[in-house]
Amino acid sequence: MSTTTMDDTRSHALVHARIMLRRNLRHMQRYPSLTMMIILMPLVFLLLFVYVFGGTLGSGLGSGMPAGLHGGRAAYADYVAPAIILMAVTAAAQGTAIAVAQDMTEGVIARFRTMAVARSSVLTGHVVGATIQTLIGVVVVTLAAIAVGFRPHANAAEWLAALGVVLLLTFAVTWLCVGLGLSAKSVETASNSPMFLILLPFLGSGFVPTNSLPTAMRWFAEYEPFTPVNETLRGLLTGTKIGDNLVITIAWCVGVAVLSYAWSRRLYEREPKPL
Amino acid sequence: MTTTTRSTTAVAAISARGLRKSFGEKTVLDGIDLTVPQGTILALLGPNGAGKTTAVHLLTTYLRPDSGEIRIAGQDPASNPQAVRRAIGVTGQFSAVDGYLTGRENLMLMADLHLLPKAVGRRRAGELLERFELTEAGDKPASTYSGGMKRKLDLAMTLVGNPKVIFLDEPTTGLDPRSRRTMWDIIRGLVAAGTTILLTTQYLDEADQLAHRVAVLDGGRIVAEGTPAELKARIPGGHIELAFADRAELDAAATVLAPTGRDDDALTLQLAGDGRVSTLRALLRQLDDASVEVEALTVHTPDLDDVFFALTGKKGA
Repeated sequence: MSTTTMDDTRSHALVHARIMLRRNLRHMQRYPSLTMMIILMPLVFLLLFVYVFGGTLGSGLGSGMPAGLHGGRAAYADYVAPAIILMAVTAAAQGTAIAVAQDMTEGVIARFRTMAVARSSVLTGHVVGATIQTLIGVVVVTLAAIAVGFRPHANAAEWLAALGVVLLLTFAVTWLCVGLGLSAKSVETASNSPMFLILLPFLGSGFVPTNSLPTAMRWFAEYEPFTPVNETLRGLLTGTKIGDNLVITIAWCVGVAVLSYAWSRRLYEREPKPL
Repeated sequence: MTTTTRSTTAVAAISARGLRKSFGEKTVLDGIDLTVPQGTILALLGPNGAGKTTAVHLLTTYLRPDSGEIRIAGQDPASNPQAVRRAIGVTGQFSAVDGYLTGRENLMLMADLHLLPKAVGRRRAGELLERFELTEAGDKPASTYSGGMKRKLDLAMTLVGNPKVIFLDEPTTGLDPRSRRTMWDIIRGLVAAGTTILLTTQYLDEADQLAHRVAVLDGGRIVAEGTPAELKARIPGGHIELAFADRAELDAAATVLAPTGRDDDALTLQLAGDGRVSTLRALLRQLDDASVEVEALTVHTPDLDDVFFALTGKKGA
């Protein structure tokens, strides 16, 4: 008798995850301020970098520039757009850390722990919800980038591949932020700890070519994970050289996703603090 | 599981042997035993910090015991927690409602998680809202509810899945007297329908009102267990106190009756009493026959407060 019921629960994991997803989407829809904030942030950076710094930075692209781009604001819009898209992903992930930490303070999570609810469903609901939220952000930011001068020349297959890269990155940073949200002792901590994800794209090839950086920083910029992701996305959308960046991107994203998933599951399944 | 447990007349819906739990250095439960027969209410009575909530957490699979054995509806939470979770409903001390969702959505969420068909879930949510007098607030976010309303919604959510065994951690703490009565009525109704309930409380009258059996928890140990009547019997019995207008009346009464104590300054006599009306009537007749005037008569029956004080040396709530 008891063995069949265990299997029941396992097959219910999907149903429960869908219920939890619906719960998260309803939260987002009812309290859209967090969603607004995480979409607004990359938009502000886009406008700031294209209209304030873009003219000067574009002229400086020069020798570090891939062929086909020749200085100026329009060129910089093309150059910076992939980084802004990455920023849309990381900003959303930061929102996820906050949402998860906040959710863990809700009494209803304690209730789920004493119900025959598939353990993984609460986290899966968050991750799928966050992915949908991220994709909305990415679409808005991409359209905004096009409006301010980004001219991608990707074919259908390249757009699809770019979407795949975005999804892969989303998956990795979202699970990472679920872990950060679960491990945070307070909601404030959860909103601060993913800050490095916002900073890392700046310390890579997203905003200026790495060969314009001082030696130590250039070394860091060339090896940090956002550089290959950025270069892959740039390559797919604007036709610059991708090289082995795609493989490195997949390796980073899969590695971070798997480790973060295992970490998050362990954090969620550890014995909760007595209320 | 052996079949012998089934042959006993009262099947235990909840049983625990030697439950222990510490958090770091602090031992919160120091080996407690509990048995709750099917269809009855056990009240776990104790002051703040006695370990009541921890006991509920261990019995409901929220926390794991350091040692000890638990059976809930015949299932072992250590080996099959999901089977236990399927049988139980828990209303914790802190409201476990989703503040972002409306009352109705909270109930629907529970119905969905119990895999009830949509139409059944919707009907059940409507019924529960009505039963708990929440219909009017049903479509407002739960975060806007008062403490009492949240409590009621919380219990309603627990009932969506028709649990056989219900744990209520201080179900009436912070409720106004009227909501408290409503909650008591609901709890009595559940037991009448065959549900087994373990509730914790700091209120002695609540345990007295509701419970078939009471276990007194203090400092992580069960210091007494029994029916409310049994517990009352364990402390000095009730008495009747008579007050007189003057010394002459007092003396007159003392000669007819067999007082267990007298106070010449307060002009009172104490008599053993069992709280029965017939005893009282006989007493009054005796006084009448002797033409003794009584100024005032007070009947003292021991309540759980006295039990609690006698057992733990501390004043109850």
